[in-house]
Amino acid sequence: MSGFNKIVKSYDEALEGLKDNMLLMVGGFGLCGIPENLIKKIQEKGTKGLTCISNNAGVDGFGLGILLEKKQIKKMISSYVGENALFEKLVLSGELELELTPQGTLAEKIRAAGAGIPGFFTATGYGTLVAEGKDVKMFNGRPYVLEPAFPKADFALVKAWKADTYGNLIFRKTAANFNPMIATAGKITVVEVEEIVQPGELDPNFIHVPGIYVDRLIKGTFEKRIEQRTVKK
Amino acid sequence: MGLSREQIAQRIAKEMKDGYYVNLGIGIPTLVANYIPKGMEVMFQSENGILGMGEFPTEETIDADLINAGKQTVTVIKGSAFFSSADSFAMIRGGHVDLTILGAFEVDSTGALASWMIPGKLVKGMGGAMDLVAGAENIIVAMSHASKDGASKILKKCSLPLTGVNCVKLVVTDLAVLKLEDGKFHLLERAPGVSVEEIKRLTEAELIIPANVPEMTF
Repeated sequence: MSGFNKIVKSYDEALEGLKDNMLLMVGGFGLCGIPENLIKKIQEKGTKGLTCISNNAGVDGFGLGILLEKKQIKKMISSYVGENALFEKLVLSGELELELTPQGTLAEKIRAAGAGIPGFFTATGYGTLVAEGKDVKMFNGRPYVLEPAFPKADFALVKAWKADTYGNLIFRKTAANFNPMIATAGKITVVEVEEIVQPGELDPNFIHVPGIYVDRLIKGTFEKRIEQRTVKK
Repeated sequence: MGLSREQIAQRIAKEMKDGYYVNLGIGIPTLVANYIPKGMEVMFQSENGILGMGEFPTEETIDADLINAGKQTVTVIKGSAFFSSADSFAMIRGGHVDLTILGAFEVDSTGALASWMIPGKLVKGMGGAMDLVAGAENIIVAMSHASKDGASKILKKCSLPLTGVNCVKLVVTDLAVLKLEDGKFHLLERAPGVSVEEIKRLTEAELIIPANVPEMTF
């Protein structure tokens, strides 16, 4: 590695330093825009006791679902876990901890972590289980709940579409989702992409995430499994 | 007896206005897109990062990178935009979405809504629903009026864990259109062939019944 070149040679190198009981943030919404090869590599490494901040937990056999199968995840922090049968089983049997967080609050807690904001007030969840034990403050006659930012993740795992070697990132369609914020919130941010180009080849006007947030970059090949294949009748 | 899922969606579509940005929840709300009045421009927001969601794709145009909040493959219209989840919920929390349509297990006359968890059964998660009900000025709830065994879901107080408080304004059920005002449900319309008495019997909350309750027409 030299200068601002973020490229690593292998998935082993991409995840060097990953240890048991670490905190991860993992991009993706459902199976869309997930760092699928980094997840596979974690399964292969057998790292255990992980806490994962991710909107969903994949499905049986794909995405974070494969880490659930091997019981590598201790705790999930997510907004929705409805589609994963194994997930249900592990939560009910007490083998997996679950912290449900409203989707917008989840996104903002990640964004705040990356932006150096320790907490924020939101109307979301006021008067519900989510607000229990949290400070409430009135602003303009309406109650808002104090939500702390997440701590920075030991590893932030991101899937982007294109990058230059400096780690400037561009996402494609709805595969962006949580990835742009997660890229900013890692002690080590690892990004896997479909294409890597030379600096200067991406238009600076259309960079979604500037390279300053990115530590390691690798080009992968992606299956991009579809969760709900729906077509026009 | 009562409205079909499609008819509930059809009735809700009458609440659309030209130029509205609308978020549709999963289930019946999704069907509302099929009944937008001709000539009216409405743009759909999907909380996973789309403004200007279109119809389902064909086998040829299907794209794994383009899904809606229900994880279904979709398309986008001309003039659409993609953005991150943080930007999407800034739009929602910031009150920029004109209308949110979502389902519920229960609503009550304090304006609370329950839609994400049934204790003892599995917790699926709230997804974006808590943000949507907290952020929207204007929400319409699409739901069934009572359970199959006749237990009302229009209550004095919700029994299930809440999604939000002080958020219910208009409710369209298989039996009626109800407006919540000053802590009371007002019966605005009834489904074809459904009597006021039957609606009253299946509504646990206090119900204000005007002299004339028109039947919905389709």
